[in-house]
Amino acid sequence: MGNSMLAYRVSLALPAWLTNLKDQFYVNFIAEDRYMYLAKGLWMTLKITFFAVILGIALGVVAAIIRSTHDKTVADMRPGFGRFILKLLNLIVKLYLTVIRGTPVVVQLMITYYIIFASSTNQVLVAVLAFGINSGAYVAEIIRSGIMSIDNGQFEAGRSLGFNYIQTMTYIIIPQALKNVLPALANEFIVLVKETSVSGYVGIMDLTRGGDVIRSRTFVAFMPLLAVAGIYLIIVIFFSKMVSILERRLRNSER
Amino acid sequence: MSADNKNNEVIISVRDLAKHYKSKKAEIHALDGITTDIRRGEVLVIIGPSGSGKSTFLRSLNLLERPSEGTITFEGVDITSPQTDINKLRQKMGMVFQHFNLFPHMTILENMTKAPRKLLGMSKADAEAKALELLARVGLEDRADAYPSQLSGGQKQRIAIVRALCMSPDVLLFDEPTSALDPEMVGEVLDVMKDLARSGMTMAVVTHEMGFAREVGTRVIFMDGGKIIEEGTPSEIFDNPQNERLQTFLAKVL
Ligand SMILES: Nc1ncnc2c1ncn2[C@@H]1O[C@H](COP(=O)(O)OP(=O)(O)O)[C@@H](O)[C@H]1O
Ligand SMILES: [Mg+2]
Repeated sequence: MGNSMLAYRVSLALPAWLTNLKDQFYVNFIAEDRYMYLAKGLWMTLKITFFAVILGIALGVVAAIIRSTHDKTVADMRPGFGRFILKLLNLIVKLYLTVIRGTPVVVQLMITYYIIFASSTNQVLVAVLAFGINSGAYVAEIIRSGIMSIDNGQFEAGRSLGFNYIQTMTYIIIPQALKNVLPALANEFIVLVKETSVSGYVGIMDLTRGGDVIRSRTFVAFMPLLAVAGIYLIIVIFFSKMVSILERRLRNSER
Repeated sequence: MSADNKNNEVIISVRDLAKHYKSKKAEIHALDGITTDIRRGEVLVIIGPSGSGKSTFLRSLNLLERPSEGTITFEGVDITSPQTDINKLRQKMGMVFQHFNLFPHMTILENMTKAPRKLLGMSKADAEAKALELLARVGLEDRADAYPSQLSGGQKQRIAIVRALCMSPDVLLFDEPTSALDPEMVGEVLDVMKDLARSGMTMAVVTHEMGFAREVGTRVIFMDGGKIIEEGTPSEIFDNPQNERLQTFLAKVL
């Protein structure tokens, strides 16, 4: 009796909520190839993140070198043109760090798009610049802490061999500093992936915006937004895993 | 010891060298009027109590410390002059540190060849051939591809010495090269230094190894309070010390 009841219910139909899900899935992702909003959006998110990370690291390294050079050497420098330039550069970098870290990234993005590049139609470039400049400020502090963590004896050994300041930084200090902060830098990448989710504010079709577009077409929020969240989560878990593998490899490789 | 270098040319000339550190409370006179000459082939040993200014003196010679007053002339060039290219001069003045300061992210061979390749324009093959020859001289040719972290302290310091030698310097400066070593490793480093001294290398050595000073030194300087208190041959300094402070110091260390 009980068995036949069960068989009857299963054979008759899926439960109502399950049917509903199936339909929702169809409407949100399959119909009119709506999944493409997510696929293209994901590609856009990764593209912006990738180039912004590169720009951020480049800016961050430069800013970090200026800051740490200033802090280490300006006290011993003779007054003169070089000292003036270093102080000026340091001031500019400090201003950059303060402004960027003191304002929300979405405001920076909108300022970049609507004010600085008001005439540009290249939204991706604008986003890469905005997120790259933003990330650079955080990367700068990461790398600066890396440079400061290198024993001064390394610097002196380099100089005593005859390397000039830049060569000592390039061959000896920066490689060690980067290696020490590689996990923190990778983490910055993870943060950035999520931060680019505000790209929609300037009309960029990133992953978040893609999900939102589906929502606006189908008038169902549940599935597209959950899918978006799930994709971010997978990316973040994947890169976190990579970071921990990296950390373990670095720890094993020496010392 | 073997060669009599008394009449050799002056390679480093130090005149009225002073270094002051300003702190909020007081001014420290780390160096207080040092005048001396270092001649080619000489092994100058600098001894003295802790804080007497030995390191500051040595580090002034290659301008790791910038003197407050006085002049230092290296091979006829005033190194404290703003017009001097100090990086060029440092290529001719090797330095060996208490804590080795090998580059941990490079192999031994890279540690040794980076500077000659980048600064002297040596080819990779030439630089490596020279490095391997020097490694063989200190018995470490089989460690060429190791990283510094894989070496003992004594091995690290021997590498640091040959790394400096790869630049073919005219002078080698040593700041307490054996002070960070376990006692059983001191000998192997001193042996390398003795070998170098015998080969005619000009050396300035800050050390607490009085045996080395006596055996290898051609001249000994005793410093205290930023000044040279007494100066002479090893036997003058160790067998017949004049100054009371030197006598007290020797009584403690010998
Ligand atoms: N960077 C510095 N700032 C302030 N004082 C210093 C500094 N370096 C050395 N000194 C002081 O200068 C004196 C000489 O130091 P140092 O040359 O290291 O002596 P030594 O090597 O003979 O032990 C000491 O009193 C030391 O405290
Ligand atoms: Mg010292």
